[in-house]
Amino acid sequence: MPRPGFVLDVDRSTPPILFHHGEQFRLEKLPPGRSRVIYPAEPLPAIDDVEGAIRDALCNPLGDSEPLPALLRPGMKLTIAFDDISLPLPPMRSPDIRQRIIEQVLDMAAAAGVDDVHLIAALALHRRMTEAELRHAVGDRVYDAFAPHGLLYNHDAEDPDNLAYLGTTDQGEEVEINKRAAESDLIVYVNINLVAMDGGWKSTATGLASYRSLRHHHNVHTLRHSRSFMDRHSSELHHSNWRMGKVLRDSGVKVFQIETTLNNDTFGADGPLSVLQKREWEWTAKDRMTFLAVKTGLDKLSPALRRKAMHSWKAPYGLTSVQAGEVEAVHEVTTANVYAQHLVPLEGQTDILTFGLPYICPYNVNSVLNPILVMSLGLGYFFNLYKGRPPVREGGVVILSHPTPWEFHPVHHPSYIDFFEQVLADTTDPVEIEQRYERQYAEDEWYRHLYRTSYAYHGVHPFYMWYWGSHGLQHAGKVIIVGGDVRAVRRLGFTPASTLQDALEMATDVVGPQPTITHVHNPPILMADVT
Amino acid sequence: MIAENLAGKRIFVTGTTGFLGTNLLERLLRAVPDCELVLLIRPGRRSTVEQRLAREILKNDAFDRLRDDLGKDGFAELCARRITPVAGDVGRDGLGLDDDGRAALASCDVVIHSAATVSFDSPLDSAVEVNLLGPSRIAATLHDLGASPHLVAVSTCYVAGNRRGAAPEIHVADSPFFVDVDWRSEVDGARRARSDAEAQSRTPERLAEFRSRARTELGAAGTPLLADKTEQLRGRWVSDRLVEAGRARAASLGWPDAYAFTKALGERALLESRGDLPVSIVRPSIIESALAEPRPGWIRGFRMAEPVIISYARGLLKEFPGVPEGIIDVIPVDQVTAAIIAVAARGPLDEPDVVQVASGSANPLRYRHLVDQVSDWFGLHPLYDTEGQPILVPEWSFPGRGRVQSQLTRAKTAIEKAEHVLQSLPLRGTQAEWTAKLETKREEAERALGYVELYGAYAECEAIYGVDRLLGLWDDLDADDQAAFGFDPRVIDWTRYVREIHLPSVVHHARVRTTPGGRDAEPREVRLRRQVLAPERQLAAFDLENTLIASNVVASYAWIATRRLPTTDRLRFVAQTLRAAPGWLAEDRKDRSDFLRFFYRRYEGAPIDQIEEDAAEMLSDLILTKSFPAAIRRVREHRALGHRTVLITGALDFVVAPLAPLFDDIVSAQLDRSGNRYKGELLEVPPTGESRAQALFDYAADHDIDLREAVAYADSTSDLPMLEVVGFPVAVNPETRLAALARKRGWLVEHFAKAKGAPNRTIPIGPQRRRTGGLANPLVPGRTA
Repeated sequence: MPRPGFVLDVDRSTPPILFHHGEQFRLEKLPPGRSRVIYPAEPLPAIDDVEGAIRDALCNPLGDSEPLPALLRPGMKLTIAFDDISLPLPPMRSPDIRQRIIEQVLDMAAAAGVDDVHLIAALALHRRMTEAELRHAVGDRVYDAFAPHGLLYNHDAEDPDNLAYLGTTDQGEEVEINKRAAESDLIVYVNINLVAMDGGWKSTATGLASYRSLRHHHNVHTLRHSRSFMDRHSSELHHSNWRMGKVLRDSGVKVFQIETTLNNDTFGADGPLSVLQKREWEWTAKDRMTFLAVKTGLDKLSPALRRKAMHSWKAPYGLTSVQAGEVEAVHEVTTANVYAQHLVPLEGQTDILTFGLPYICPYNVNSVLNPILVMSLGLGYFFNLYKGRPPVREGGVVILSHPTPWEFHPVHHPSYIDFFEQVLADTTDPVEIEQRYERQYAEDEWYRHLYRTSYAYHGVHPFYMWYWGSHGLQHAGKVIIVGGDVRAVRRLGFTPASTLQDALEMATDVVGPQPTITHVHNPPILMADVT
Repeated sequence: MIAENLAGKRIFVTGTTGFLGTNLLERLLRAVPDCELVLLIRPGRRSTVEQRLAREILKNDAFDRLRDDLGKDGFAELCARRITPVAGDVGRDGLGLDDDGRAALASCDVVIHSAATVSFDSPLDSAVEVNLLGPSRIAATLHDLGASPHLVAVSTCYVAGNRRGAAPEIHVADSPFFVDVDWRSEVDGARRARSDAEAQSRTPERLAEFRSRARTELGAAGTPLLADKTEQLRGRWVSDRLVEAGRARAASLGWPDAYAFTKALGERALLESRGDLPVSIVRPSIIESALAEPRPGWIRGFRMAEPVIISYARGLLKEFPGVPEGIIDVIPVDQVTAAIIAVAARGPLDEPDVVQVASGSANPLRYRHLVDQVSDWFGLHPLYDTEGQPILVPEWSFPGRGRVQSQLTRAKTAIEKAEHVLQSLPLRGTQAEWTAKLETKREEAERALGYVELYGAYAECEAIYGVDRLLGLWDDLDADDQAAFGFDPRVIDWTRYVREIHLPSVVHHARVRTTPGGRDAEPREVRLRRQVLAPERQLAAFDLENTLIASNVVASYAWIATRRLPTTDRLRFVAQTLRAAPGWLAEDRKDRSDFLRFFYRRYEGAPIDQIEEDAAEMLSDLILTKSFPAAIRRVREHRALGHRTVLITGALDFVVAPLAPLFDDIVSAQLDRSGNRYKGELLEVPPTGESRAQALFDYAADHDIDLREAVAYADSTSDLPMLEVVGFPVAVNPETRLAALARKRGWLVEHFAKAKGAPNRTIPIGPQRRRTGGLANPLVPGRTA
């Protein structure tokens, strides 16, 4: 039986704690008597018969839905949409779960005589996936059968000829999604629900949408009222998506939702990185040796090679559940399964919250974790991994550990570069940024061109990253980045510190002496259930 | 008495655009109220004598005092009433006067000749034409006109030559040290030297040398610019030869330089040819800023001592030769002016007389005293460097001239060597700036050496100029004249003159930093950038390679060619490419369009649709990866400001097609097609070198754009033609030569860099696709090696 998540109270005998630090690691001694470390649960048992489980889910749908084979008929238009490169993190070992599901869906479609099938990477305003990335997600067999005929492609949220406007929600939010998907007789959406935020109506209403539609929930107001956006029932982001889901349903868009959950086996039970998912005081001599070898090895590599080495890691995740059928019924079960792996009960808030940020976030797979993504990963994703209330009190200090280099991928993040050089040089206030700059970037012809023909995130995407962290930014009294590029950290509006000890010292200016500290030992992923 | 004597007289003055002449004119206008003035002015290349009078003479701050007294209109009225400019040139026989000018000259009662080539390093022939022949030309013209006004010729004390001891106010030829040379043969010699140098400069060997030097300086800048530069270099060479000839001839006869030498012979020539023309000669020593008139410290132009003083204060001139107890014979300009006017008012004597206006014998200023005052003053009022720190002035040890010269020469040689090494390296951007800095250092060393060579003799001169006649003239004046026309050198308090009058004036004129603190003023590049990004600009033209992206035609070819090669062939391709690359680079440097024509043959037979498909992918994998985000942002800023943006590049159209949304237009090279295949030939001359300028001209004409309101961005001297036709050139990551040029011309220099974090690929190899061709022609399906 895997052990559940665990909260360690730090005392004098506690060894130094592992902090992820981009493509490197730090071991930090936390002040005894007033610090706690929250550990993720160990990986839940994986399903052995994945193919059987998938078949079972497709044939025994949840909620008000017929089994998939019954929904398929000759002459119908079928669109299979699937999650893009941003899921899961890190990418999973082959075969990808999307491939295994899509292959079965296609077999059923073929058996039913469906011959009008499109496969669409539901990437919203993310960058297009490359051929290699698509091959990894759907497998060579599917890729070679569909891509050469133009039937497997990336969603294009800026193709005016291929978007369908479906009306507005009762709150006036416009709903516009991929036209092929909207006009299909059935959309089969294949999800990887890595965190509780993923799935439900957000899959279709966000993944296949356009800027016109997305701006109604990807904005400062919504995200400041999503507390957190990992907790659907407290998330304005999700409420908006659900309202849009209703519009989709009412306008006749039929979605057969397939959701999957993965366990926490991010770094493997053995192998060089396995030590990263063990608790420090349980490290064996061999673990220590391995960690030391990995750390010194990485330190010796050039930054480029180090990045390459880390990004080549494919996680051995196990599948913990797969469910299919009607969107909302499926999502209820999925969320319970995600929580079973991620939730760790935590009592009370502390003055300081610390995160060791890893090398990867949803938007830098095979790319650079630039300073804007550091902000979004720390104050957006990590900060929002809570249910109830944040593990840090309002006005407390958030300390992030990350090298935060002044580096950008020129192909993937062109608008980020300009956002950093122009917008953040002017202001870091999300509301002001939204009002003064968003439209100009969102409608920029060059960014649009790069999004559509190259591999660039949409012009507006860096704004979403900034909004993503706006709740954390509002909540925290101060944000300190340990070990970051000083100029880049200042540009973000944060305070640079060279060591964690310095950062804790600086924090006392805001929260007073002898502050209490929570360190979140993520990844593997955990979500604090704070009471 | 002076004003009365000259009342109602017409005075003909030459050289009023100069330092002494301007002061003289102002004094005559102000202190001699009833005289009329006829000014001989050389017409400018684009301006009439009236314009030169207004702009170059009357605008000078010397006239501020009069303007203040009379008001703007009163001053204008005074000038119109009393000044008559006539066009002419003392360097031409008959003074180049037309009939009106001749009539004006004939009607004059006094002629004051103060025009001269005062530059100590002017070419021998021009010094001869103006300084040697000028005075006798005036005499000849007056003979011709049958007029005999009193001619007051301004000469120099230094006609006495390099000698120790007393130099009294006697004629040159009466001096026991005078080496009697025939001035006529010196004139012939100087003219011959000019024609010899002109002929020598045109030998094939020399012309080849000038061409190669132009090439070194400008690189592949295209024929017209190179030809222009070559001709400039030839002209400079001729002029250098003549400067050298002048210095050598002067030295051989015992004068410090060609100026003193030609002035001395000019006196001789005048006395020989004057006939019965009444003549007086006034010889000032080193003329410096005014003691009192029109105001203390008034000076015009950056003259002899000023650059030396400023170089010293900026810490550049570490040593200057000189004899500490020697006498620096300086005389304020207003004393010279007063003496000239007094001589004119007194009228001619029976025989031509000489009056020296100098301080050395009556009130000597010792070299050590001067240096001490200057050094002490700059200690209290230092200049500031670019960082806002005060500059410490060096201490002089009064070494001999030879030692200083050899020191400076050594320094200059070392810098030149370093410069040569740097220039032969393929440097760009900030590294290329080193060279520019080194060049500044070399220029500083050269200038210091120049000062020492030119003026060293004056600091070492040990002649003492007698002023008996001057003092006699002074004693003859009544008290009113003495008050109004002071020229008694004995009244000068040197300490006060140096510290309170001359140095503040010199520092003011030199426009140097005199306040401490950081960069209080806006940095230059910020100002230039603002000009470049001003809304009223109309066009921004961009080069591609090394301006927008760190890539080139070879890289894009290699990327496309390897994309469809099997793995083993890819390796061999890389090896081949690496082997050939140096040759290509050399070819490219020699002539870009020839290189492109040769290189683009490789595309022969390539299927168009396949290339287009690959080029679309190349945008992400090569072009954007190697792009300069700041450069792309700049293009977009221009567009946002409503400027037209145009890309002008020798790259092929399909390579740059994906960049189309950045630009209003793209001018690029295009391959001829045959069916669905490219021919390996270009449709038109590729837009490189001067054809790039032509492309820009044509483009501007088509779109009704004023190129003076256009901006151009480029990285290499081969883009000079394009940079030079626009009003706002910007050098981007300039290579060594362009960095030096941009610095000299004050162009904006931008350093655009690749995004930190961009994938680093040393060899541009395309990600592999389905195989088509082989090594023989990787672009053509089925053509395996």
